[in-house]
Amino acid sequence: MPSLKPLRNRINSVKSTQKITSAMKMVAASKLRRAQAQAEAAQPYAERMERMLRALATAMADQPAGAAPALLAGTGRDQKHLVVSVTGDRGLAGGFNVNSGRAARNLVRKLMGEGKQVKVLAIGRKGRDYLRREFAGQMVDNPMPGSRKRPEFGDAELISGIVQDMVAKGEVDVVTLVYNHFRGVMSQVPTELRLVPMTPEKLDDAPKDADQASYEFEPEEDEILARLLPRALSIQIFRAMLDNEAGFFAAQMTAMDGATRNAGDMIKRLTLTYNRARQANITSELVEIISGAEAV
Amino acid sequence: MPISIEIVSPEKLLVSQSVDMVVIPGSEGDLGVLPEHSPMITLLRGGEVILYEGERATARYFVTGGFAEITGERVTVLADTAEPSSALNHAAGERQLQEATKELSDAEKAGQTDRLVALMEKVQVAQAIVDVTATAH
Repeated sequence: MPSLKPLRNRINSVKSTQKITSAMKMVAASKLRRAQAQAEAAQPYAERMERMLRALATAMADQPAGAAPALLAGTGRDQKHLVVSVTGDRGLAGGFNVNSGRAARNLVRKLMGEGKQVKVLAIGRKGRDYLRREFAGQMVDNPMPGSRKRPEFGDAELISGIVQDMVAKGEVDVVTLVYNHFRGVMSQVPTELRLVPMTPEKLDDAPKDADQASYEFEPEEDEILARLLPRALSIQIFRAMLDNEAGFFAAQMTAMDGATRNAGDMIKRLTLTYNRARQANITSELVEIISGAEAV
Repeated sequence: MPISIEIVSPEKLLVSQSVDMVVIPGSEGDLGVLPEHSPMITLLRGGEVILYEGERATARYFVTGGFAEITGERVTVLADTAEPSSALNHAAGERQLQEATKELSDAEKAGQTDRLVALMEKVQVAQAIVDVTATAH
């Protein structure tokens, strides 16, 4: 006959776990809403920035090759790569961090397999720890403080500054960002985004309406471009960080929802076992009393 | 015929409305933009974007720099940071100006020529804050 005490303890412990997971789910849900709103608010700037960049790139197209800055056109080589990985700082979010981290790892492995030199810059503690295990010698320091708060544009600028520095010094030729694209609450997709050289397809494909070519520039195109490109880079990193933030809370919410439900199932099962054991106790006691009474 | 103005910072869309004229602080000087302005892209310096309806300035926003795209129908200001001018503080601006000036002269003495441009801009932004807040609206 199983004794009742351990069962009761077990039920209580699962119940308190359930309380925690359901609280975490609620917190994640409200943070998700905020993160989504923040990601949406950043959208207009990025869109308009892209439009302006396109106009400038079109204007620059008339100039001799080599005039365009490295951030836009690349260094012309494809030997030294930098992979920027964006993940969350905390866990308890299902496969969220692992998916993005693994996508970054696979990319690094692939590039190394092709004989490239690869460096890794990790935004987010989880991804950093994960990637450091395999690529300890290739990590670039990220001075960004372990973020305890929502992402700020200043953080993105910090990272963007490091990337620009490395490009300017010729330490890297190609920069790729790997992050979880927030497609919806249930789906975050690990995505690669080419940062340097800035995806030229996107610029070329766009319809060139007539008025775009006729912009006046003040000061000269290249001077504006020199200011605009770093900004555009920061924005892309910022967007990835916001996407990551929203995705993280969505994943956490989903994971905690699952955990709460599992805890509920477990409580149900344990309660059943507990009641059965209790009933068995009572029955056997009754049998003892009755057979005792009969014997008299 | 009105012209539409948008002021956007990386964090959010601040203003989106129709006005009669906009004055923006271009890097080469202030620009008054009326409808049918010729298409133009310009850098901004620290200063005020002023929205006019008729002859009256209806709103002022302080930007610390950025870009502006002008077409016949619209002005898009991509500000590095933007806030209503009324939120600025004169004393804080003075402090900022002092700090920036000091930093600039330190850098000059130390011969850090690569930082000079950025620091000069910082001084300019701080100076602009002081100027804007001095003429109380």
